[in-house]
Amino acid sequence: MTQQASARLSRRLITVWTICVLIFLYMPMVAVILASFSKQRYFRFPIQRWDTVWYEKAMESLSVRELLWTSLSIAVLVTLFSVVLAFFGALAFARYDWKGRKLYQRLVLLPIFFPQAVLGLALLLWFSALGVTTSWHTAVFAHMVWILPIVILIMSIQAYSFDPALEEAAFDLGATRWQVLREVTLPILSPGIISGGIFAFLLSWGNFPLSLFSTGADQTVPEWLYSKMVSGYTPMVPTLGSLTMSGAALMVALCYITWLILRARRRAQGLSKS
Amino acid sequence: MSTASPGDRQRWYRSPGLLAAAPAAIFLLIGFAGPLLMVIGFSFMPPKSFSLAEPPTLANYQSVISASYYISLLWSLWLATCTVIILFVVCYPVAYGMAKLFGKWANLVTVLIAIPLLISENIRLFGWLLLLLQNGILDGSLRSLIGVEMHGLLYTFPAIVLGTVYVYLPFMLFPLVIGISMIPDTLKEAASDMGASRWQVFWEVELPLSMPGIMIGGILTFILSLGSMAESKILGGQAIITIVDDIESAFTFAQNWPKGSVLSVLLIALSGLIVFMLFRRVDLDRIIGRR
Repeated sequence: MTQQASARLSRRLITVWTICVLIFLYMPMVAVILASFSKQRYFRFPIQRWDTVWYEKAMESLSVRELLWTSLSIAVLVTLFSVVLAFFGALAFARYDWKGRKLYQRLVLLPIFFPQAVLGLALLLWFSALGVTTSWHTAVFAHMVWILPIVILIMSIQAYSFDPALEEAAFDLGATRWQVLREVTLPILSPGIISGGIFAFLLSWGNFPLSLFSTGADQTVPEWLYSKMVSGYTPMVPTLGSLTMSGAALMVALCYITWLILRARRRAQGLSKS
Repeated sequence: MSTASPGDRQRWYRSPGLLAAAPAAIFLLIGFAGPLLMVIGFSFMPPKSFSLAEPPTLANYQSVISASYYISLLWSLWLATCTVIILFVVCYPVAYGMAKLFGKWANLVTVLIAIPLLISENIRLFGWLLLLLQNGILDGSLRSLIGVEMHGLLYTFPAIVLGTVYVYLPFMLFPLVIGISMIPDTLKEAASDMGASRWQVFWEVELPLSMPGIMIGGILTFILSLGSMAESKILGGQAIITIVDDIESAFTFAQNWPKGSVLSVLLIALSGLIVFMLFRRVDLDRIIGRR
């Protein structure tokens, strides 16, 4: 076999393998969607009767609405707080040169490597020692301990490509610290802020180990799904699972479209200026 | 910083790193360092106590070491080892393709692999439950197509490994992509021009040069699967008891905070040691961004 032919063969093998891995990744999600359209109370495959009856039941159910509302409130607050804190955190991580930077970089990433279940239990202990009753408010705090470092990491990737000369130029032209932040730093970092925000929202929305120990009497969607999974099958699980999956897909699509529009607008502006 | 001369203030303008780091750092001190120190503190308290004011003792460490907790720790370590080895074998070709072969398609593959990360782990594991269940999707389709029965797939150790491999795949893949893309193509060409076989190029050029990525991916997935909980709960049933299961039952059912703290400290120390070794060898600035 010539060298070229063997290179072509290995290239083809790698492509086929990659497609297999992608199928492997999406197979369980397809399974959940299939199961959500089955009419039977107990799951059997092949599915005998297809129906959307469980979607109607989920829409009508008050407890489902409450679950979604709790998960949504937590995720929105986590996103807001994390993005604001991580914006400055990422500047300190990647943009500024300062004395404690190397140490800060390592310490701030530690929570990502920490087993989430243990972190959740430690926070449960912490809250009860401080006399704080756990509810969805404490879950916001708990989620942030793990999500904030991830958002800092994501925004840092953007902040590394930041040219400090831009800020300095603005200072030299007489801009105040606040003006520089608003009109130079913020726009440059905006792609990182948006992707950091998406990650914060969806990681909080889907989190289970931290919620399990920090929500107290309140319940999030992943917690409810888990409690139903271990206590026996109910068709509401794939239904609610499919609903949250389509919610996540919708959000990713919306962000992508916004990004496309923004890019097109920026390009148009660039053209009209030049 | 109470004696801020005008010169100092000028410097604050130019290097406000500490100022920018402060909010996140203070939050993590309260939300991460605080609970961590408290767990360490509780590990030295007498068994079953709920306050930190007792005289410190090593009784919990002794009882944990003499009891059979090493079994669950060994199971967790074995689970993590299996996961990392399988993930490396599965991910290396894909990462190689993404870094060197796919060109513009690599972006699409990246997005497709990242999207499942945004969907709750529980839902995806539930999908595997449906696939592996008796009368589930695998069992049911095999029976109706070729008449083979597939029982007993669920609630076994391999099912848990499948779960951890599945959930942590991106955490191995993305570091590998970064690692492999750091290999200059010219080195490989030079090696094959000098007569190295494909295998030799892989073994003596590609593998050593992509080591930083392999290390990060391996250690990240090792630690994540060491501390995993949902996989063994959902797909494993009672097949094995992991160290995290032990920690959880000590804190919740048994209400023995000091014992749970000792087990947590052992797990944290183990993962911490591994992360520490990683951070000593890897330059974050170089991996994430500039320089």
